Amino acid sequence: MTFLLSMRGIDKRFAGIPALSSASLEVGHGEVHALIGQNGAGKSTMIKILTGYYKRDAGEILFDGKPVDFSAPQDAQKAGISTIYQEINLVPYRSVTENICLGRERRRFGLLDWPAMHREAEALLARFNIKLDVRRPLMAYPTAVQQMVAIARAIGFEARLVIMDEPTSSLDEKEVEVLFNVIRQLKAAGVSVIFVSHKLDELYAVCDRITIMRDGRTVRMAGMSELSKLDLVTTMLGRELNQALHAGGKSHMEAGARDALLTVDRLAVGRKVRDVSFDVRPGEIVGLAGLLGSGRTESARVVFGADRAESGTVSLDKSNGSVTKPADAIGAGMGFLSEDRKLEGIIPEMSVRENLTLAIMPQLARRGIVDEARSREIVDRFIQRLGIRCSGPEQRIRELSGGNQQKVLLARWLCMNPRLLILDEPTRGIDVGAKAEILNLVRELAGQGLGVLMISSELEEIVEAASRIFVLRDGQTVAELKGEDVSEQAVMAAMAHGHDKPREQAHG
Amino acid sequence: MADSATTHPATKDPAKGPALLSAHSLARHGAWIALALLILFNLAFTPNFATWQTLNVNLTQVCAIVIVAVGMTLVIATGGIDLSVGSLMAIAGSLAPLIFMGKILPLPYALGIALAFVVPVLVAGAFGWFNGWLITRLRIQPIIATLVLFIAGRGIAQVMTNGNLQPFKTPEFQFIGLGRVFGIPFQAVLMIVIVLAAAWMLRRTVFGRQILAVGGNERAARLAGIPVVSVKRKVYLISGLLSGIAGLIVIARNSAADANLVGLGMELDAIAAVAVGGTLLTGGRATVIGTLLGALIIQLVRYTLLANGVPDAAALVAKAAIIVLAVWLQRPSQG
Repeated sequence: MTFLLSMRGIDKRFAGIPALSSASLEVGHGEVHALIGQNGAGKSTMIKILTGYYKRDAGEILFDGKPVDFSAPQDAQKAGISTIYQEINLVPYRSVTENICLGRERRRFGLLDWPAMHREAEALLARFNIKLDVRRPLMAYPTAVQQMVAIARAIGFEARLVIMDEPTSSLDEKEVEVLFNVIRQLKAAGVSVIFVSHKLDELYAVCDRITIMRDGRTVRMAGMSELSKLDLVTTMLGRELNQALHAGGKSHMEAGARDALLTVDRLAVGRKVRDVSFDVRPGEIVGLAGLLGSGRTESARVVFGADRAESGTVSLDKSNGSVTKPADAIGAGMGFLSEDRKLEGIIPEMSVRENLTLAIMPQLARRGIVDEARSREIVDRFIQRLGIRCSGPEQRIRELSGGNQQKVLLARWLCMNPRLLILDEPTRGIDVGAKAEILNLVRELAGQGLGVLMISSELEEIVEAASRIFVLRDGQTVAELKGEDVSEQAVMAAMAHGHDKPREQAHG
Repeated sequence: MADSATTHPATKDPAKGPALLSAHSLARHGAWIALALLILFNLAFTPNFATWQTLNVNLTQVCAIVIVAVGMTLVIATGGIDLSVGSLMAIAGSLAPLIFMGKILPLPYALGIALAFVVPVLVAGAFGWFNGWLITRLRIQPIIATLVLFIAGRGIAQVMTNGNLQPFKTPEFQFIGLGRVFGIPFQAVLMIVIVLAAAWMLRRTVFGRQILAVGGNERAARLAGIPVVSVKRKVYLISGLLSGIAGLIVIARNSAADANLVGLGMELDAIAAVAVGGTLLTGGRATVIGTLLGALIIQLVRYTLLANGVPDAAALVAKAAIIVLAVWLQRPSQG
């Protein structure tokens, strides 16, 4: 079998840290190829190396049998490789036609031939069953239409390989169906597609073959039909199916008898959260598991008041307290450790002390004046307790390592004596030592009565820490696992098959 | 670059340490050093520099700028900018004479003077709050939102006065611009009080911490429970109030209110003082004392050049050069 694209032995290091080690990817002619993997598995690095955005350290790329070495995405485009990114990268203020024809305008007598370009744009969009006024600015149309325009633009370049990075994340079901029809048309015309998505059903609906990446390596290439969903999930997460069930020797107290601290019922927000229910009791670590895009973070943000729910209820202590902004949640004794430390966590210009006391500042002040002595005392205590390595409380937080920054942010919430702590990927991007320290601390605090809701993509971690796990899939709670049922295997089965168990069981 | 320095401190080139440090300390103390050098230079070369009169001349030139620049520092600390300050000065400056000259409604003399201090400042504050409302409620970028009043504000001032120059001679009112306390111009006393109050507020109060948190990382600040919207509205309100005070000082000094000229170009002078003083223009780090120094440096360079026979036009070029130098010096400490 000859491949249209063949990437072999690709190595890439960033600042000495390997992002790809001998990764490979092979796509046949007229084939729809799924590329999947967790965050940081190396999918985007692989794609960016292919399109010339990054330079590879080693390995070879053959496109149509010839070795290629693109130095910029435009070169890849000229050779027939078009990429459609998750975020639409078009010019919103210009017309649909201009967006489609950007970079290959038709000219006549040295002037732009607008009628010809409008006709071309209309013809391209007709393939998607889309009829619109191509003279109007792109931003006049909804996101889904803009996504279609991006795809039309890619095809308009007479692409031989189209890379789609999570193209369906902003589309509804009908629009997804239209997109799939276009993919099938492309396939019939001999165009190959690399399809990146986390929605398993979509992969099975449209893809022929699949490449699974993990930790910078290609761990599996297979025909889509040869691979069961469970197989796929376990390979992606790097867990063996026949692995022993998780030992039930957890030290958590059985919290079953106590009333729920937090109850979330049938929550819906946008497209990502459609029907999510879970609850947390005092002294319990509850896990929220699911693949990327399953609605974990989005649900947690609503609980904390950072986003608004469209429907469903969030109640704390059985009361329908209204948490409409983070300040309300903090007032009710909630803390939220965001998954994105840099974007939503640290205030880089501020010191360790200022960062640590940010959420309790009002309590630390008298008549609006910060009580510096008390602030110092609290900060010293937490630096010691969490083993935060810094030159002192006045050091700027941006000079700390990722793990120590994370500890400061954790301390930001712990110092307010919370009743409920939401941890979104608490150990992402930090070293093994800090990881263990943070997890031990969380366990210890739960032992003292703190309710914890933990979101993690690392199965091992969540199964180890949580006494109950709710599994989300495509924005729905599909399973509640507790006691003996908590195992990596069970979580993966729920992620893969979803409605294995009757829906009611999730409500307990 | 910023994150590589943050997440991998161990990989930082050790050879760069001292170089970064000196650049950092230069940026941090640069304003003090520059001011000291300027004073030393003048003591050596400018005749009659070390006199009470020179000090007063320089202080009175700089007071209005510093008062406006304090408000600007707070606005910039939240990551915003306020272009409307000059126009708000014109509004306050045009309104005050209308009040104490009884043109709006006849008032007892003393009450007229009192209201002429209070009402224009509150009106300017209200316009400042409106800036904050545009920015937080309608989510308009600060530079555009405050451009609205930059343009319309001077128009409002001209309409109020029919575009006429309003000359006056009202010593009780003009005390704010011409009066002296123990031989020190009252406006300088006012300036010092405002600078110290703002510097203390920024360092010691919850509000000051909130301003810097919003400017440093708005999303993180919101998740930490900081009322981002109200913090922003308050800084624009303060900027408006301080512009109002500066407007009164300027007309009192001139014994006349001219809606076309009061506060003209003030927004740029204030931003320049903030930049030279060492406040990060992207927000999150601010120094009110630095702003005072920045304004003093710009003023003193101009004075030095004029006193030594360099024409004013050349002094403008020098002012621009200082701004570039100051901003360039601050650059490495951000990395």
